Amino acid sequence: MIEVKNLTKRYGNHCAVDGISFQAGEGEILGFLGPNGAGKSTTMNILTGYLSATDGTVTINGYDILEQPNKAKSNIGYLPEQPPLYKDMTVKEYLDFMYDLKKCPLPRKRHLAEICKVTKIEEVYGRLIKNLSKGYQQRVGMAQALIGNPPVLVLDEPTVGLDPKQVIEIRSLIKTLGKHHTVILSSHILSEIEAVADRIVIINNGKIVADDTAENLSNAMSEDRRMLVSVAGPEKEVSNLIAGINGVERVTIMANKATGVSDYAITIAEGVDIRRELFSRLAKRDWPLLSSKSLAMTLEDIFIHITVRENGGRR
Amino acid sequence: MRAIFKREMRTFFTNPVGYIVLAVLFGFSGWFFYNNNLVGSEYGMGNPDLSHVFMNLFEIVLMAVPFLTMRLFSEERQRKTDQALLTAPVSLTGIVAGKFLATLLLLFIGLSLTFVFAIVVSTQVSVDWMVFFGNFFGLMLVGGLMIAVGLFISTLTESQFVSAIVTLAISIILIFLEQISLPLFDVEWIQSIIKFLSLSSRYSDFTAGLVYFDNVIFFLSFQALFLFLTVRVLDRRRWN
Repeated sequence: MIEVKNLTKRYGNHCAVDGISFQAGEGEILGFLGPNGAGKSTTMNILTGYLSATDGTVTINGYDILEQPNKAKSNIGYLPEQPPLYKDMTVKEYLDFMYDLKKCPLPRKRHLAEICKVTKIEEVYGRLIKNLSKGYQQRVGMAQALIGNPPVLVLDEPTVGLDPKQVIEIRSLIKTLGKHHTVILSSHILSEIEAVADRIVIINNGKIVADDTAENLSNAMSEDRRMLVSVAGPEKEVSNLIAGINGVERVTIMANKATGVSDYAITIAEGVDIRRELFSRLAKRDWPLLSSKSLAMTLEDIFIHITVRENGGRR
Repeated sequence: MRAIFKREMRTFFTNPVGYIVLAVLFGFSGWFFYNNNLVGSEYGMGNPDLSHVFMNLFEIVLMAVPFLTMRLFSEERQRKTDQALLTAPVSLTGIVAGKFLATLLLLFIGLSLTFVFAIVVSTQVSVDWMVFFGNFFGLMLVGGLMIAVGLFISTLTESQFVSAIVTLAISIILIFLEQISLPLFDVEWIQSIIKFLSLSSRYSDFTAGLVYFDNVIFFLSFQALFLFLTVRVLDRRRWN
């Protein structure tokens, strides 16, 4: 369906995308995860033919994006980071225009009505795009990408700026679409990708650092257990006390919030629960435990985790 | 190409620019017709020769076109709508041609009032239609060249303002090219280059009712050159 080989994009000396290769088959939802500036949007712009790669090839449904651009492009629906909307048009005029631009062979009225139903923009069909809320504008952008029912959908941060209800709606829409299309979507939010993607590609500094199913990745992540506690008491002594508990691997003093109250990040060995022990020891010394929570792995942690592993522990 | 042509045409009439340019063109051509032909201070009352109207419109067209071309690509880039155009299964040539032809059609509408003048004159005396069409054709060639230049400039900047100012500056230089630079450079080969590039002297052949083949080729080839450059800039941007 979509095959990317050794994709590289250089801007002068800066390498935005550095030798990326991956594939996505029919009915697969591929999540593209990475921090801002990792090269997600650049990669997507190359996939859709908006930018050209310095090196490497992109094949969409068997058509090379450089050699047969029109055939390749007619197989892709693209929702860029900022939806490409002509805001002085009504939704109807805009979708009509995109329909003509893409030379869509499907029956116009029925096809557009179908898309509007799927993306739930029927009620704003006659309104000017500039007067629509961000959520509706995003959905119009989505509708535009669906015109012509392309086998490959490329969605760049499709849920940015939406309210939680809309996010859930768009996610379920993507899941439905993923049954019959190849979907590539990007995000810098882990939970977002986890919720919809079958496979996750993590990209950092223009390189792929992980390419696996969501399940395998989160298993790999859960090896690491950390919690954050807030204790009122002398910093040094509290830290030593925590470190003395069986199963604690490392204690880091995070911040000094108020006088006499500090946060401690605790790394715990696998399969150990230190909460009871921690409470009773602190209680004996009369140092109140103000709060305690487990630290879920943030995206940054995962990056550090994975990049360290990738570099053989050098970093 | 057709989709882009239709959209550009529509955009001219959904924002004020199209109406303002049409009003300016209609207003000035009406005024020139009234002055030169109906009242006729210099050439006597009831002058049937429309050449003076076309002669005067030359400068108006050169000054008006930058305001039509300023947004063509600048706005697309600024609003990121070029992502929709460039990732659609359309060739760059098709995109450029669609925008060029739409602007040319708007200019045609703006100059179409001269047909009314010719018909008004023809009710009194017989009009030399060949001369009239020669004039009209010449003015469209001049306008077309300026549209191609403006289209090219608008690919170079995201700012409509910069796009308009630069194109306008080129228009003004082209209008006064001969008057300013001929006395300035008293070298034969420079003068021959200036004369070659001078739009006004080439255009005055048209207003004299003479459609020279080399003038037509000059305008068409420079239009093609700038349209080609426009396509190249758009293509080049993808590689940077």
